[in-house]
Amino acid sequence: MSGTGAGVEVGATGPERTFGPLTTQMFVRYSGASGDLNPMHYDHAFATKAGYPSVFSQGMHQAALLATFATDWLGAENVRRFHVRFRDQVWPGDVLTCSGVVTGLRDGEDGRLATVELTCTRQDGSVAISGSADFLVA
Amino acid sequence: MTDSEAGPSYEVLIERGKIREFAQAMQSESPAYEGGAAIVPPTFLTTAARWAPPRARADTGFERARLLHGEQEFVFHGPPPRAGQRLWASERIVDRSEKSGRRGGLMRLAVVVTEFRDDEGTLVAEARSTLIERAKAAEKPTEESS
Repeated sequence: MSGTGAGVEVGATGPERTFGPLTTQMFVRYSGASGDLNPMHYDHAFATKAGYPSVFSQGMHQAALLATFATDWLGAENVRRFHVRFRDQVWPGDVLTCSGVVTGLRDGEDGRLATVELTCTRQDGSVAISGSADFLVA
Repeated sequence: MTDSEAGPSYEVLIERGKIREFAQAMQSESPAYEGGAAIVPPTFLTTAARWAPPRARADTGFERARLLHGEQEFVFHGPPPRAGQRLWASERIVDRSEKSGRRGGLMRLAVVVTEFRDDEGTLVAEARSTLIERAKAAEKPTEESS
């Protein structure tokens, strides 16, 4: 499925997507795929020795999940900018909800660009990462 | 290398299997990331750093134990790169600043930009990382009630 974003207007929202409950296996899979082998995200003994209650997810892992939501909504080939700010840690067992809203439309070099605000929240409502992106919509 | 200077460029071959592996890690089932014409997902170029020779990495000088990844941005100057495409990456530090930490001390920030160019030198994509070195005083937050 690949949306074209046709008919997108300011205020339009994407279909929310939830991920999880997250598992350490998902963190391991992201470590391998990304090449970020920081043991903090899969080695429990390492993480607890560093003072954390357990391993936790990579911020870039959540960013990738948010990107899945955004590209399913507006089309993978249409992305022109994708920005995230890391805000809260994400733990095994967490359920993340990704959502987005169109906040602006303007004419870019190769067509009409929609700016969207993106949010990835944990099950307690805290924001794990916030972001914004530009997608071609026409 | 100095801050303003770009590091030596290194080859980044966009590989179909790597895209598929990354798409699986991001729990995507989009056909855009499958097959011979697969394009890269928005955050995929983070995988390029893996192939950077040591001297090519921009050195913030930040202490590793206090290092945080604050923000990350990817900009595409056209459609996202495709499987089979060869890019050349180079990193440089474009901005540095300092702020007072919430619990005193000095927090340092650096923005590292990685440019991805094709064989002709055309700028295809950019990755922009905001890295933070936490203030030293923030290293012992345990005494503070939360």
